Amino acid sequence: MSELIAYLIVGIATGSIYALAAIGFTLVWQTSQTINFAQGEFVMLPAILVLLAVKLLGVPIPVALLLGAVAFVLLFGVGFKRFVVDPMLPHGVLPLAIATMALAIIMKEGAKDGFSAEAQSFPSPFPSDAIQILGTAISLQFVMTIVVAFATIAALQWFVTRTRTGRQMQASAQNPTVARILGIPVERMVMLTFVINAALAALASFLISPIYLAKFSNGETIGLFAFIAAIVGGFNQVRGALLGGILVGIFDSLAAAYVSTSYRLAVPLALLVVIILVKPEGLLGRKEERHV
Amino acid sequence: MNARTDFAAVGQGAPRRALSRIDPALVSIVLAAAILWFAPVGMGRYGTYVLTLWLVMAIAVMGLNLTLGVAGLKSLAQAAFMGIGAYTVGILTAKAGMSWYPAFAIATLATFAMGIVVGFPALRVRAHYLAFVTLAFTSLVWLVLRNEEWLTGGTFGLSNIPRPTLFGARLDDALSFHRFVVVVTMILTLAIWWLLRSPWGRAFLALRENPVRAASLGVDVRAYTLLAFAIGSAYGGMAGALYAPLVEFIDPSPFAISASFFLLLMVVAGGSGYLFGPFVGALLGVVLPEWLRFTGGLYLIIFAAIVLLLLIACPKGVLGLAEMLWARAARLVRRTP
Amino acid sequence: MNAVAGNAVLEVSGLEKHFGGIKAVRGVSFSVRKGEILGIIGPNGCGKSTLFNCILGQLAPSAGTVRLNGEDVTGLRPSDLNRRGVGRTFQLLQVFPDLTVRENLVLAGQEHHGTMMGRLFGPRDAGLSDAADRMIGFFKLDHLADAKAGGLSYGQQKLLDAAMAFMGGPQIVLLDEPAGGVNLTMLASLKDRLRAMNDELGATFVVIEHNMEFVMSLCTRVIVLAEGKVLAEGTPAEVRADPAVMEAYLGH
Repeated sequence: MSELIAYLIVGIATGSIYALAAIGFTLVWQTSQTINFAQGEFVMLPAILVLLAVKLLGVPIPVALLLGAVAFVLLFGVGFKRFVVDPMLPHGVLPLAIATMALAIIMKEGAKDGFSAEAQSFPSPFPSDAIQILGTAISLQFVMTIVVAFATIAALQWFVTRTRTGRQMQASAQNPTVARILGIPVERMVMLTFVINAALAALASFLISPIYLAKFSNGETIGLFAFIAAIVGGFNQVRGALLGGILVGIFDSLAAAYVSTSYRLAVPLALLVVIILVKPEGLLGRKEERHV
Repeated sequence: MNARTDFAAVGQGAPRRALSRIDPALVSIVLAAAILWFAPVGMGRYGTYVLTLWLVMAIAVMGLNLTLGVAGLKSLAQAAFMGIGAYTVGILTAKAGMSWYPAFAIATLATFAMGIVVGFPALRVRAHYLAFVTLAFTSLVWLVLRNEEWLTGGTFGLSNIPRPTLFGARLDDALSFHRFVVVVTMILTLAIWWLLRSPWGRAFLALRENPVRAASLGVDVRAYTLLAFAIGSAYGGMAGALYAPLVEFIDPSPFAISASFFLLLMVVAGGSGYLFGPFVGALLGVVLPEWLRFTGGLYLIIFAAIVLLLLIACPKGVLGLAEMLWARAARLVRRTP
Repeated sequence: MNAVAGNAVLEVSGLEKHFGGIKAVRGVSFSVRKGEILGIIGPNGCGKSTLFNCILGQLAPSAGTVRLNGEDVTGLRPSDLNRRGVGRTFQLLQVFPDLTVRENLVLAGQEHHGTMMGRLFGPRDAGLSDAADRMIGFFKLDHLADAKAGGLSYGQQKLLDAAMAFMGGPQIVLLDEPAGGVNLTMLASLKDRLRAMNDELGATFVVIEHNMEFVMSLCTRVIVLAEGKVLAEGTPAEVRADPAVMEAYLGH
């Protein structure tokens, strides 16, 4: 029983990290129809940048975290929007999606050749002391991960629904034409979603790397789980991505414990296939009318 | 049958266009095959191998080009189908001692059938979801290849995969196997050429351009979607079935998710939807790295960067770019007296 | 049912469509007789488009049936419905811009004869090009047969769009705002061709239109929809004189 609780908490912790990536993914999809196949690499890279800053500049970890996050947001928030998405969007959604696949390969191979092909340990910002929850010893690291991720998601939700800028952002996503007529700076709002996406990815990176180590190939699994989370939850909303992320995290954690480790990855994949066949609009999504 | 508006009645009229002129694409295919037949002379074993690998990859890309470039279905499963084809042939020939030909036929049929099964979600979900479903499929296939050691050899792979024989002669040397692949590639290219000119080709195109209108004109979107997917997958399977005897040793790594991305990039790089696009794309993806060997491991980055720049400059790929430049040059020539 | 329907080609009865709590179509019934041109008009938001989409299998109706020659075809997929003889156009232009005019028409006709396998292994053309050329001649697009559809003027594309709906040899064609956005000259030739379609070849069709003049001069019978229900029905002259129609149209 206490074992199960431990696995559940680990699942919720990793799941909330997948949720961060999935939320960024859906935000960017909503405002600019960008299906970012490099989302996993977006979560992989910031940690590598931090380690690189430590190695090359010799700065202490907190400074490196800040440097890594800022550099990443500039490069893959602002830069990604300006130099990849903007020139590609007029050509349609498919070329853009494929361009993000090319970007994924560049980021992955770049991290491998520019930094390391081996997994590197990444410092945890939280102490690893164990605390007692429901009679089970749980590492504080997981608890704090859950706290930070949920706080971030709550803040984001508050920003999107309760602030003027957040509502303008939503309006830009739902109907850019009308938003423009209402005088909302749609372009700036779209850029804001890319910045938020990069910031969420950086946070996810700093939270997950202490658990799974920093490695160039991490993006594949993380990206896959973020996509699954987004689809399972219902693609179009923060709540859905959160629910999807946590489900994927729990499934993965339980699979690691109770299914053979070699088929651990298959369990979240099976979840995806079942959802798509049974409820393709996602758990919290709205059903759409048939059009073909 | 009630009296229909008997206007578009079919089957009348003289066969006016029956004796159409010879298609330049047809001539190109046969000519290219003839050149490739003799190309490796003096190239050595490795050069010949690279040339053969190019053709094998081009077959896989050709299949994906049909699924994605012609019918507009985003599939990230092509590497998995290639893997299924390669392992089917590997297991049946190296382990069960079957001849290559029936193994090839089984691989083709198996990937065709699996293509139909995997294509089903394409009917249920919005377009971009298909990419994720196929991504999931690729991961699952890769897991099976890696984990079912009793069947696939796991990470150790399968070795000593025999090459096919032809009229009793074993195609063991690089050149004769190359020529065998040239012939197979030519046949498969002709088949695609022929398919694209048939009503099916038109229906696939309609599916990509405007599925709602296509359905209103009687195009069975469900059947054609599954067929485009299945035929494309079968090409992946056939490419795998040639890949296994070419490299003689297979392991799961070339059939992972990143390989599916890579195949997709080759479709786009060459020119999505163009008959010869896959050959250009595979040239960039397979032969270019050989020229870039001095860069060490950087060739993947260089390839991806080339594709990214190409997409930003011209989303229709190398052939689209060539077509655009050609049209511009022609206009220039016409203008200058 | 059949006895009552007589020579009705299309028979819609009690059709309803609800979106959540909103009833867009509320029990619409009508039938279309062979060889007639039925017009459906009504102010914006009266449910015309929803009604069309329900009949044509784009939307699943909440209640009611659609019969084609007495046979229940409610909820059939659009492609199946088309192959049973229901042609249509869309409000927005829907031609294939990268195909030539002839290729567009060949595509529109190819799925109506033979089997899937026959289409792959049988004769490439099977007389479709000739059928397309006859249709091109009928719609007076001869000089454009080999031009890319995307390069045609808007009015010419509208003609092609309508021609495509007739390629499969349909029993009935439903035209969704054929006159929308077409200039006056083109409008005259479109009306002329549709009339000829009806006079010379006995084609049956239903037209949804905003352009009252177009409907009144083309149709043999008109149905007026308002708030999801049939408000009036009759010849163009009768409908024009109906005070309730005046109210619905001009009242706001």
